[in-house]
Amino acid sequence: MSENRALVAHQFDTAAQQRGAATLGMWIFLATEVLFFGGMLMAYTVYRVTEGEAFAHASRAQNILLGGINTAVLLTSSLTMALAVHAAQGGRRTRSVMMLASTMALGALFLGVKGVEYAEKFAEHLVPGVDFHWAGPDAGGAQIYFILYFLLTGFHALHLAIGIGVIAVLTARAARGRYSAAYSTPVEVAGLYWHFVDIVWIFLYPLIYLIRVYR
Amino acid sequence: MNGESPTGLYVRVAGALYFLLGLTVACAFIDMGPFNIVVALTIAVAKAVLVVLFFMHVRHAGGLTRVVACAGAFWLLFMCVLTLTDFLTRN
Repeated sequence: MSENRALVAHQFDTAAQQRGAATLGMWIFLATEVLFFGGMLMAYTVYRVTEGEAFAHASRAQNILLGGINTAVLLTSSLTMALAVHAAQGGRRTRSVMMLASTMALGALFLGVKGVEYAEKFAEHLVPGVDFHWAGPDAGGAQIYFILYFLLTGFHALHLAIGIGVIAVLTARAARGRYSAAYSTPVEVAGLYWHFVDIVWIFLYPLIYLIRVYR
Repeated sequence: MNGESPTGLYVRVAGALYFLLGLTVACAFIDMGPFNIVVALTIAVAKAVLVVLFFMHVRHAGGLTRVVACAGAFWLLFMCVLTLTDFLTRN
């Protein structure tokens, strides 16, 4: 009992109350994150309506296969994160460390593939403001597409990189046996964040890569 | 945490997510005119709901968490609807 009490900060009455406050705090943060990405998605929507043809042309430059692979990678990382949370809640140290490390590895793989895609864009002069060249019509609309592409995927990648950093700390702590059936809130809350970043990509993939690909 | 082991459940949810990913790519190659974006976003919402309910445990969450989770979506909806009522009705 005294061991459990030590895990509850003084402003909380019970461990359950502390856990509930942490979870609610993360959900409120995620609601603000919805609006953070929502503002950019709103801009995307307006220009998709007004510059539809240009967006369809510009999205030809995207590699649907790489984007699809990356989507599968992130979905898998959400699975390993959910399994990591479950293992931490059960106090299974080795399994939680393995699952957290897998989540980090998959996140790093996603960023690596994204880096390859970014390098292609630089090589093909598709980075607005740096060295943008567009041979076809709708050069202005195409540039807006790529500005939104780099904004949306850039901020998504930043969120993912922060997530990897958070999970790195959690992995080290899990390896030292910090989480148990009595206390695993940090892993649960980090899991919520990780799944949110996954959800953002679930929307970005069809919006960015899959515009009129049947033509 | 209701006595059932969620591992199998999580793997099935991931399977459903992979299936929906394949479905959204397949549908993108079919010319449905203005309905391509509707289908793509419907599938994306379905995937997000699966992640929120199962991986983010909203299925077992209390009322307050559910309200906050829905609030984010509603604010986004308000912003999109009100902005588009302007942009789609100009001229």
